[in-house]
Amino acid sequence: MTSNYAPDAATQLEIYRRVALLKANDERSRKVIKTGRLVMPYYSYRGQEVIPAATMTALEDTDYLVTIYRGIHDMLAKGMPLKDLWAEVAGRVDGTCKGKGGPMHLTYPDKGIMVTTGIVGSSMPIACGLGWGSQLSGDGRIAVATFGDGASNIGAFHESLNLAAVWKLPVIFLCQNNLYGEHTTYEKATSAPRIADRAGSYAIPGVRVDGNDPIEMYAAAREAVARARAGEGPTLIEAMTFRFHGHVFGDADGYMDKAQKAAAVEADPVPRFRARLIAEGIATEEELAAAEAGIEAAIDEAVEFALASPFPELDELTRDVYGVAA
Amino acid sequence: MTTDLAESPAAAKVKPVTILQAINAAIADAMEADEKVVVLGEDVADPEEGGVVGVTKGLSSRFGEHRVRSTPIAEQAIIGTAIGASLVGYKPVAEIMLMNFTTVAMDMIVNHAAKLRFMSGGQTHVPIVIRTMTGTGFSSGGQHCDYLEAWFAHTAGMKVVAPSNPADAYGLMRAAIDDPDPVLYIENLPAYWSGGEGAQPGHVVPLGKARIAREGTDVTIVSYSRVLNEAVAAADAIEAAGFSAEVIDLRTISPWDRETVLASVRKTGRCLVTHEAVTQFGVGAEVAAVLSEELFGTLKRPVARLGAPYAPVPFSKPLEAAYAPDARRIAEAAITLCKQDN
Repeated sequence: MTSNYAPDAATQLEIYRRVALLKANDERSRKVIKTGRLVMPYYSYRGQEVIPAATMTALEDTDYLVTIYRGIHDMLAKGMPLKDLWAEVAGRVDGTCKGKGGPMHLTYPDKGIMVTTGIVGSSMPIACGLGWGSQLSGDGRIAVATFGDGASNIGAFHESLNLAAVWKLPVIFLCQNNLYGEHTTYEKATSAPRIADRAGSYAIPGVRVDGNDPIEMYAAAREAVARARAGEGPTLIEAMTFRFHGHVFGDADGYMDKAQKAAAVEADPVPRFRARLIAEGIATEEELAAAEAGIEAAIDEAVEFALASPFPELDELTRDVYGVAA
Repeated sequence: MTTDLAESPAAAKVKPVTILQAINAAIADAMEADEKVVVLGEDVADPEEGGVVGVTKGLSSRFGEHRVRSTPIAEQAIIGTAIGASLVGYKPVAEIMLMNFTTVAMDMIVNHAAKLRFMSGGQTHVPIVIRTMTGTGFSSGGQHCDYLEAWFAHTAGMKVVAPSNPADAYGLMRAAIDDPDPVLYIENLPAYWSGGEGAQPGHVVPLGKARIAREGTDVTIVSYSRVLNEAVAAADAIEAAGFSAEVIDLRTISPWDRETVLASVRKTGRCLVTHEAVTQFGVGAEVAAVLSEELFGTLKRPVARLGAPYAPVPFSKPLEAAYAPDARRIAEAAITLCKQDN
């Protein structure tokens, strides 16, 4: 399967650019929160960067994304501008949602980022509707719903896979299996040994891939994109990964297995990817370092922009409740 | 008020139709006028007989099953799919067969449909209509006929309408479909086959505008949906007792037409709010609170409420019949109000 869609050198570099952005942004987010300059609920995605970086590289800007509260990596990979993002998570008026959505509800339709939900499982029914819209209009766009392993146990997952299957909707269900649903281990909460196997219940393809391997991840995404665009319906991708931090920032992650976590951090996919690009001659150390420095500079600029942006006026409290003032 | 549209065209006499026919015609006319209007829900297409009571009958044959799509029994998926399609330019009319089944889709309705405009800072919005039927009278028991409108009226971002007659059923549906926000459209099951004057094609009843169903001077009765017709019937008995009742059909429960209700109660000084939902924490409580805030010195009596008792809907026929307000009990309550102010 993977050979048909293996990323070429330029694509790999593009995936790495996104991976590096996501990693740097997570590290900066935690750092800025620790300084007290920013107060927000923060769900770190560190360790999961390759999944959206590879998947979104396989999409067009016009394709849709519905993501979740642990989804800033998904959004950045899909093209959310850093300044809009940082101003939003800072609750400022220059944020993409004027500061009214915050880190769990970022929205940026210009890049197809249609909904970010704070409710486990709820990305999927909405992605079905985005896919239905594409099917009705024939515009060829596809919708990606991201979610975690815990969400595969909630009703919305099953309703959505079933509907998408019977309607042959152009939807990719992208499960980021980081082995923990909040504080509870995968094994304790999930009956199926592999979430991908649940696709069989809905007679759609389900694939489990190493979500930390950019080549495998990209190929799986391309395969699913091709199916969706060809009108062949949805795909469930279970991308295996690991969440390096606790469920939410400030959670001491005492429930996580120390050895398992140490091994995962040791095998951090980002430096591994970086080293391989250099070893294979796809990029030089200098080139990657320059790209990373550019990312840091862009984040510096975004953070300062956000923290200098004003808070919304209080009349925003009742604006955007209805489209026309009631 | 939620739209600048005038009530139009001016009431011309049209042939009588049932509420069911009026809803069907409104959706059909909206689909004809705008190809972005689509219908989804359990059994809504013609191979499934156009809904369990046939409200959407004929639509899929006329407009195609791609636009009128029967779904699995999966309410979260139905509303989520409607939301998603609405985000990209469609105007879905989603059916949740019975109002009690909205409970299965509450996350999609309350956390998503109602809030996406606000949470996105106005970048997206969810112009969907959620049609749902309910109402006692068919011996359905505790899980098939609740009136749950107060939950949705309490949810910022939702609009809630409940027509009482065919012309309003048509006009409110046309307004709801073209409204930029999610609208819960409540249909009363036993009243589907009630006849009345129909509506001219294109008739629009603006959301947020009440209707004075009967003019009067001594007491204002505020209601909506099927119980409104009980209130109108009660007005005759009230008149026979020597009092004149003004009956207001809210038509839109949220946002409700405070001006029309306040103007009426300023005139009458007395108000009874009646609905089929449980009285406690119901729509009547909100109306009564606003009236007491705005008209404390004007009211001749405290605002009275008449709804269902604090109990689930019962099955046994005499219990069910005693559950929702009827014309006799509305008349008694209104007459009591009128007699008490001296």
